[in-house]
Amino acid sequence: MAETKHFIPIWLFIGILLLIYGALILGSGIYDYYNPPAHPRVLAYLHPQIWWGAVVLVIGIVYTVAFRPGKEK
Amino acid sequence: MTHFPALLLLQAQRTRIASLSGVDLAILIAYFAAVLGIGFYLKRFAKSGEDFFLAGRHMTAWIAGLSFVAANLGALELMGWAGAAYQYGILATHWYWVGAIPAMLFLGVVMMPFYYISKTHSVPGYLQLRYGEGARGLSAVSFGFMTVLMSGINMYSMAVVMQVVLGWDLHFSIWVSSITVAIYVALGGLLSAIFNEVLQFVLIWLGALLIPIFGMIEAGGWSGMVARIGQNLAKLGKQGDYVHLWRTMGGFDNPMGIHWTGIVLGLGWVISFGYWTTDFLVVQRILAAKDLRSAKLAPIIGSAFKMAVPFIVILPGLLGLALLTNPDGSVMRLVAEGSEQAKAGALTYNHVLPLMLARYCGPGLLGLGITALVAGFMSGMAGNVSAFATVWTYDIYRAFIRKRSTDQHYVSMGRWCTILGVLVSIGTAYLVMQFKSIMDYVQALFSFFVAPLFGTVLLGMLWKRATPAGGFWGLLAGTVSSIAMWAWVKINPAALAYIALSPKAKDMAENMYRALWSWLICVTVTVIVSLATKPKPVEELGGLVYGVTPLPSEGDLPLWKRPIFWAGVVAVVFIVLQVIFW
Repeated sequence: MAETKHFIPIWLFIGILLLIYGALILGSGIYDYYNPPAHPRVLAYLHPQIWWGAVVLVIGIVYTVAFRPGKEK
Repeated sequence: MTHFPALLLLQAQRTRIASLSGVDLAILIAYFAAVLGIGFYLKRFAKSGEDFFLAGRHMTAWIAGLSFVAANLGALELMGWAGAAYQYGILATHWYWVGAIPAMLFLGVVMMPFYYISKTHSVPGYLQLRYGEGARGLSAVSFGFMTVLMSGINMYSMAVVMQVVLGWDLHFSIWVSSITVAIYVALGGLLSAIFNEVLQFVLIWLGALLIPIFGMIEAGGWSGMVARIGQNLAKLGKQGDYVHLWRTMGGFDNPMGIHWTGIVLGLGWVISFGYWTTDFLVVQRILAAKDLRSAKLAPIIGSAFKMAVPFIVILPGLLGLALLTNPDGSVMRLVAEGSEQAKAGALTYNHVLPLMLARYCGPGLLGLGITALVAGFMSGMAGNVSAFATVWTYDIYRAFIRKRSTDQHYVSMGRWCTILGVLVSIGTAYLVMQFKSIMDYVQALFSFFVAPLFGTVLLGMLWKRATPAGGFWGLLAGTVSSIAMWAWVKINPAALAYIALSPKAKDMAENMYRALWSWLICVTVTVIVSLATKPKPVEELGGLVYGVTPLPSEGDLPLWKRPIFWAGVVAVVFIVLQVIFW
């Protein structure tokens, strides 16, 4: 899906950024799991940071690997 | 007014809706680094005019389609329509469905071949090819002028939201976000804007998607949400059906005060088709497609995503109506922007999305959500400035000021013009800060040009007999009549009964009908003047008009690769959704 032969595809930029975001959110969720905040958000018992962070991390890994430089060659 | 004491309590307690943790700030900083990095990386690919203003016409259908939707999906769009859903209920969805999908499909299937085959670089450029310099000049000046003004107004509004939500300084928000946009668009041109818009589109979805998911869990599903809305409306002293799309549109007694004719003809036909098929801010993204099939597919792909946007915009607004409470447990009452309560510091409809975000999102997720709002703002602004730079450089500067110069000179002009456009936008933002009523006037002014322009472009594409004089005078008459109708109602509010067919009609209904009348006036004047003047020779209309433009056959493609097939799929889903939420 590269836009032309010489561009790094936008999907790689997206993958790397999501990988970083997923790791940060998941890490934050794990920290909160062991150190619950004094004023938790509504539905905090569902631990959204953990599973949403994991989802974002997986998407990031998939896109980074699928569109890594040199793969199309 | 029974809940006013609770409102005062809220004001007294309120400093900001949320505050960012270290993780949230890291997410936001990573976003700014990414968009600037993309801009610096793409600078090497934006050397010629074709590269800078049309992204080299290299974009795939997916990239062009996502960018097409993202350029429209600004932060104010997100927050404004979530607020409209809180205020008017599910009727706000009309702006995403009947007010967008048919027009986007029409652009892809019918109009895109003429834009693309004519090899125009802009919508005013098409008008020049079809009607001559008069129509191009009128359209380019109005578009360029209004685009930077709108950009400034959006910038100011976004800064106000960030001040309320996060306590950020107004000047900080305005300068940091706008300078970032100026840098990456000036470096990589449309290519950089498009790449970042696709990134921003993904972030908007990932940042906003949790709200409807968690909201539906908390409310107990759709039926639970509907029941709670009914209870809360009674407590707020409001009446009406907030959860059906068409059932209440037989008269004016619905939350929006609009009849179905206004929605279908005013919004669904004139305003929607005018915006999605002739506003260069969005059409420019499609012109960057790599071939005609991609150019036709891009708006169709965009329409499928547009159809899903109510899930992250309208549903959070409805959930806010169902779930938001004050600290004392009473139902939260958000107020209209510009109302006395809002001036006194009360939260407004536009804050429903940030409120819902802060309700569910802890550290990290809050940063992602705020990044989504900032990304939305920047994608909208980048759309404005990249379109402005193209129209200024090609349709004003090259057309009327410096007709013959090198390609490199025009690219340089585009870069400087991007920075200039951002600076004018910042100036407008500060002007609005001093004179807030300007916002109402400029937003109304912007709507003056859309409906008549659609009439002019449509006749130009579908009617060989339309003449240059007809196009120019039709466009001018439509625009002037729209301004005159608006002024008439301002001077004499009783005129609303004539313009919008009912004295009960609200602002949105007035806009719908005013657009419809101005479109009709434009079309009528164009037809009459065209019939009285000499048409262009048919041989000059090749590539511009239906009937004299050979359109490439798609007969050799398998069904699933044809744009018309996917347009049909989107149309069927669109109809099913209307029936489900009737």
